[in-house]
Amino acid sequence: MSQAEPITGAQSLIRSLEHAGVETIFGIPGGAILPAYDPLMDSSAIRHILVRHEQGAGHAAQGYAAATGRVGVCMATSGPGATNLVTPLADAHMDSVPMVAVTGQVGAAMIGTDAFQEADIRGITMPITKHNFLVTDPAEIPQKIAEAFHIASTGRPGPVLVDVAKSALTAQTRFRWPTELHLPGYRPVTKPHAKQIREATRLILEARRPVLYVGGGTIRARAHRELAELAALTGIPVVTTLMARGAFPDSNPQHLGMPGMHGTVAAVAGLQRSDLIISLGARFDDRVTGNLDSFAPNAKVIHADIDPAEIGKNRHADVPIVGDCREVISDLLVALRTAQDAGETGDYEAWVEFLAGTKKKYPLGYDAPADGSLAPQYVIERLGAIAGPDAIYSSGVGQHQMWAAQFIDYEKPNTWINSGGLGTMGYSVPAAMGAKVGCPDTTVWSIDGDGCFQMTNQELATCAIEGIPIKVAVINNQSLGMVRQWQTLFYNERYSNTDLQRQSPRVQPGTPVRVPDFEKLAEAYGCVGLSCDTPGEVDATIAKAMEVDDVPVVVDFRVHRDAMVWPMVAAGTSNDDIKYARDLAPEFEKDDV
Amino acid sequence: MSTHTLSVLVEDKPGVLARIAGLFSRRGFNIDSLAVGPTEHEDVSRMTIVVSVESFPLEQVTKQLNKLVEVIKIVELEPSQSVSRELLMVKVRADATTRGQVLECVQLFRAKVVDVAPDAVTIQAVGNADKLADFLRVLEPFGVRELVQSGMVAIGRGSRSISERTMRPVPTPAPPPRAV
Repeated sequence: MSQAEPITGAQSLIRSLEHAGVETIFGIPGGAILPAYDPLMDSSAIRHILVRHEQGAGHAAQGYAAATGRVGVCMATSGPGATNLVTPLADAHMDSVPMVAVTGQVGAAMIGTDAFQEADIRGITMPITKHNFLVTDPAEIPQKIAEAFHIASTGRPGPVLVDVAKSALTAQTRFRWPTELHLPGYRPVTKPHAKQIREATRLILEARRPVLYVGGGTIRARAHRELAELAALTGIPVVTTLMARGAFPDSNPQHLGMPGMHGTVAAVAGLQRSDLIISLGARFDDRVTGNLDSFAPNAKVIHADIDPAEIGKNRHADVPIVGDCREVISDLLVALRTAQDAGETGDYEAWVEFLAGTKKKYPLGYDAPADGSLAPQYVIERLGAIAGPDAIYSSGVGQHQMWAAQFIDYEKPNTWINSGGLGTMGYSVPAAMGAKVGCPDTTVWSIDGDGCFQMTNQELATCAIEGIPIKVAVINNQSLGMVRQWQTLFYNERYSNTDLQRQSPRVQPGTPVRVPDFEKLAEAYGCVGLSCDTPGEVDATIAKAMEVDDVPVVVDFRVHRDAMVWPMVAAGTSNDDIKYARDLAPEFEKDDV
Repeated sequence: MSTHTLSVLVEDKPGVLARIAGLFSRRGFNIDSLAVGPTEHEDVSRMTIVVSVESFPLEQVTKQLNKLVEVIKIVELEPSQSVSRELLMVKVRADATTRGQVLECVQLFRAKVVDVAPDAVTIQAVGNADKLADFLRVLEPFGVRELVQSGMVAIGRGSRSISERTMRPVPTPAPPPRAV
């Protein structure tokens, strides 16, 4: 077909998506987007995966993007279809996930009339997208799609929404893929400034207690190899944030673990007592810093980020570096090697020794329940050991998320997928689905809580029908565990509305207490359902789940409900007040460093 | 608290004003005044935004504004290096006995009468914020029936233009390689 031949806006949209390199779309059709689904049916380049809820489409696109590094794509109709994408868009915005959402909009003439299934999704998503467009002119479709993919995937990645009016989809147009983009206000800086690199190098060589504070930007920038070189060259201890788990191997002795509210004592102390924080693609989130005023009081800060607005937002930066993490680290490596050749190296020996001692003295741990019931930490630890570092792990939000971040050893980037910034319960199953579509030959485990799982488990149907054999470990403590933990610690054990099995007096006595039965639910969805109640069965159950390769598997791990996540820095308090376990603060000698 | 005047060049596209207003309210920045209008470039609008901030978050304001894809350039205009003006229209009570005094004030402030009624005059005045505030204080005793004021517009002194930089397009990037 000649490019000049008239086609519909819908055909132009699908052709544009093909030109942008799209292979997979997660979505659900509906009235306004319907014209686009007709040519989509004929596209040999694009696989459309029909999900069961638009939120699932959005999180699947996120999971796909997080696992592959490519732009994840989801599609929905106008009104409720589009508003169901709001949570995934906000999530992708917080966690800098490259994603493009295409939504149908009512016909241009109807916009603003409160038409059926009309919602101002561009207005609604302005604060939660990197950028968004409303397209009413069919001739603009290729240009806007090209711009959307460019914006989503460059600079600090993020979600872009393209809202296309139905009238633009049905109108006749001519397809022309743009040869240039007109975005005069969008020029992300990727190359760091040489002066800042020199200044950073000087601080690194002068420091005595430096720490590499590694954030999710390192993974988005694919900078793990450069990071490994930087750590090896300097010997500086490393902490990886929740978003950066896997950016640096957990097996490396320099790695202190995850910092923050549920970080290791060594990682929290490493930041807190450092004299130089080298922040690489991290953003000094409140969950990492605790009370900001008392955070790392003696540390100078080198803050490298591709987004200038992150630098100095929460913590003053002594050396701000705007640039892509990989380029920043590469330039630092060159500068530090030159210094090393000239005989200049940092002296961090006492500091490294102190932190190694702290790491040894305060390892991550947990107590097995006295009654012989299942410890959730044990399940997750075994899962990580059996599935190994090549598997992808996707979690929901809450206690199981923290344990999955703590007790699985990550060796590679893009193997840990979770909702960090927004904290979206229900993220895990659809994100795992997206990851499995992006990496079909990789084992993908969704580690989910029973609360989270019930928010989005309808996507098991999608997985079963589309042949996406994910594995789900439901860490079932029959409650909203993290909220319950806070109620235990801060609300006098008054468990208001966190018990998912507590029956109302209105219910007939004798009704089964486990609602739903996750095994049966799995089977109803065409998946294999398994369950496990005791520590002795854990390995065998995981092995059984690993053997199933053709359909999704759901394992109901019925765990002890009073397990808590430790260590913990209570919200709003100082990192100095970290508790290793309940009422147990780590002891540091005054002259440790 | 201090006041800063920002000149913001934006692409003239639908929704840009909403984007900027939303950003200010979302991030807790205070807008004192905002004026928008066309520029010498057809596709570019210029906003003059007066913000009240502590000195530290001004950097956040400009950085966050710069992140908006449709924001092309931001310049902070220093009062000593720029000229700023606001337009005010005010309806003042003025009958036969007081009209003379009101007109005297109008002359004094080099303002202009744009409409007359038996018991009121409507005055237009242009100036910087201080001058207009003084003018209003003088008119107050006569009785201000209605007042409307534009936001401030400002321009840098000298011959340089803030919109000089050409807006060159960037080539469309090649799509990522397909997975095998």
